Amino acid sequence: MSVQYSSEHSIPVPPPIWENVGFWEAAREHKLVFQRCKECGTWAHPPRPTCPKCRSLEKEWAASKGKGTIGSWVTYRESPHPGFTAPYSVVLVELDEGVRLVSNMVDTKAEEISIGMPVEVVFDDVAEGLTLPKFRKVG
Amino acid sequence: MVMEYIPGIPLLRPKVDLDNEGFWNGVKEHKLVFQKCKDCGLLVHRPRPMCPRCLSTEKEWAPSEGVGEVYAKVNFVYAKAAYPGIKVPYAVVVVQMVEGVRIVSNMYDVKPDDIYIGMPVEVVFDDIADDLTLPKFKKRLV
Amino acid sequence: MRSIAKKSAIVGMGVSDFSKDSGRTELRMTCDCIKAALDEVGLVPPDIDGIVKHADDGTDEHAITSAMGMGNLTYFGECRWDGSACGMVQRAAIGVATGMANYVVVYRAENGASGSRMGTSSRNMAQLATGDLLQWTYHAPFGLTSEAGRVAMTVRRYMHGHGVDSDLFGWVTTVCREHGARNPNGLLYERPATMEEYLQSKVLVDPIRVLDCYQAADSCVAMIVTTAEKAERLKQQPAYILGGVQTILAETEEKNGFYGPEVGGLPEIGRMGERLFAMAGVGPKDISVAQLDDSYAPLVPMQLEELGFCGRGKGASFCEGGDRIRVGGELPLNTSGGSLGEGFIYGMNHVAEAVRQIRGTSTAQVKDAKLALVATGAGGPASGLILGGSR
Repeated sequence: MSVQYSSEHSIPVPPPIWENVGFWEAAREHKLVFQRCKECGTWAHPPRPTCPKCRSLEKEWAASKGKGTIGSWVTYRESPHPGFTAPYSVVLVELDEGVRLVSNMVDTKAEEISIGMPVEVVFDDVAEGLTLPKFRKVG
Repeated sequence: MVMEYIPGIPLLRPKVDLDNEGFWNGVKEHKLVFQKCKDCGLLVHRPRPMCPRCLSTEKEWAPSEGVGEVYAKVNFVYAKAAYPGIKVPYAVVVVQMVEGVRIVSNMYDVKPDDIYIGMPVEVVFDDIADDLTLPKFKKRLV
Repeated sequence: MRSIAKKSAIVGMGVSDFSKDSGRTELRMTCDCIKAALDEVGLVPPDIDGIVKHADDGTDEHAITSAMGMGNLTYFGECRWDGSACGMVQRAAIGVATGMANYVVVYRAENGASGSRMGTSSRNMAQLATGDLLQWTYHAPFGLTSEAGRVAMTVRRYMHGHGVDSDLFGWVTTVCREHGARNPNGLLYERPATMEEYLQSKVLVDPIRVLDCYQAADSCVAMIVTTAEKAERLKQQPAYILGGVQTILAETEEKNGFYGPEVGGLPEIGRMGERLFAMAGVGPKDISVAQLDDSYAPLVPMQLEELGFCGRGKGASFCEGGDRIRVGGELPLNTSGGSLGEGFIYGMNHVAEAVRQIRGTSTAQVKDAKLALVATGAGGPASGLILGGSR
């Protein structure tokens, strides 16, 4: 089971602020990228102006392998937003690169989700110009 | 000359709440009223939940004579420095009422350049929309 | 560090009733509560020379000074974040301890239920709409659009890490409701909730149930802070401020960040507690009564652990059965009912209740309450206070 969207209301669209643009542009091309420091190699998400470890301003968008495990999840039994149809689950994925990402599962029932479950990225073109990186069970 | 509101741009509307509705209800009925403390008689404008002199919350809306004089004025002449919904030039005045309170308003039927400090004025009511009336002032002949 | 500990006190207090429809503007409630606070200590508005307000509050200094004839402010400013209740008191304490002001008003007012300010939409959506870029950009597109959902994410990880059964969170709700039922000023006076009601309450966002969530209310709390010396000359028993701290860490977000070293704890509360106890020169064992952030019930056992009242992973079992945390227990919690049993006003009612405990005037009074701890902002920018009846 995947997240069901309302046909009448759109979902919140991420605003194009410069630090975030690279992440969402890559998603549109079906690539998962995270900010990585060019000096010390530290990965960081969400993106930010400087490296949180060495304070360097030199950074790049580095490709993630898109593999990780479920760190936590919730299931909305009532939708707090008209764009989403309840029930739906939101997951917190811990990527192998060491960053966490809030996302959704595709083709997975809420009862099947568990902490530690291995997942891999897939891309869901949810609307014109908006692709969300989501995850599916591995194995 | 009268202030010209540009169609299609929202009018700036007062935020009416339980503390100030007496003032705006009066205006709607073409009456100028000010908040008066029922306990100590202090008249204040703008409306507020308490009397700043005796802290009473008992108040009434006392009718004003509607007369006073221009205390200060400003001319908006440059469109980009003014609200786009009102055609420049226009003037905003502070009127000193004979009751002692001051009120921010506009002049009615007076060119901005003809307004002067000390100019005697009296209240008029401008129904600028079906559901919005503003108390304004015109030149008072003395 | 030159500390402000023990140099100031909360002396006067005005608390509105908690209702679903105050029938008053937030400004009117604020003025009414400030007046009540002045009256109970024998001060008048011109005595007030400081105001600490909250950035989200719909009222402001000008509106208050013009309504109350306060003509002499020399110290004023804003705090931000939902967990700022204790931080605002700390700011006031700094003002008086450093001589910048003599009597500082701290207040919050919100028609949080009838919603004259935020409209009828929930507080969560209003928050989302007004500011938090992170929420908009990386959480909302995935449907994580509510505060309850963000809290649930952290709580799930907490439950997983320590093998905690979510049913145990019900003891927090039932005890808060039990205390709230004794408080005639609260929203849920004479309306306790049983464990059965808790377990049957709707799951909103699994694992958070409706009865885990705060009770939205129209209410206002105002208090007056002055120096310890001046406090001794006023009518009320002073609640001395023995410690007051604020905490933000590198990855802190409003109500649960997911990007810190670990998910499933409340690191800001932990750090806040360390500094608070150090400042006051006391430890968890010395605390007679605590008012913790119960905007969501599961945050309470997590705070008990972070503050050192029990071991890691033991918070939920500490609450089990309710005996330890109800009046008469080893650590009575949220004795006015808190956000779950009295009403939600961003923890300001928790500070007010700590003052009552020190005065001995609570409707669920703890015998010989000497030290009262308050924590606000669990899962976000946090702040805390320790109040005492003597210096």
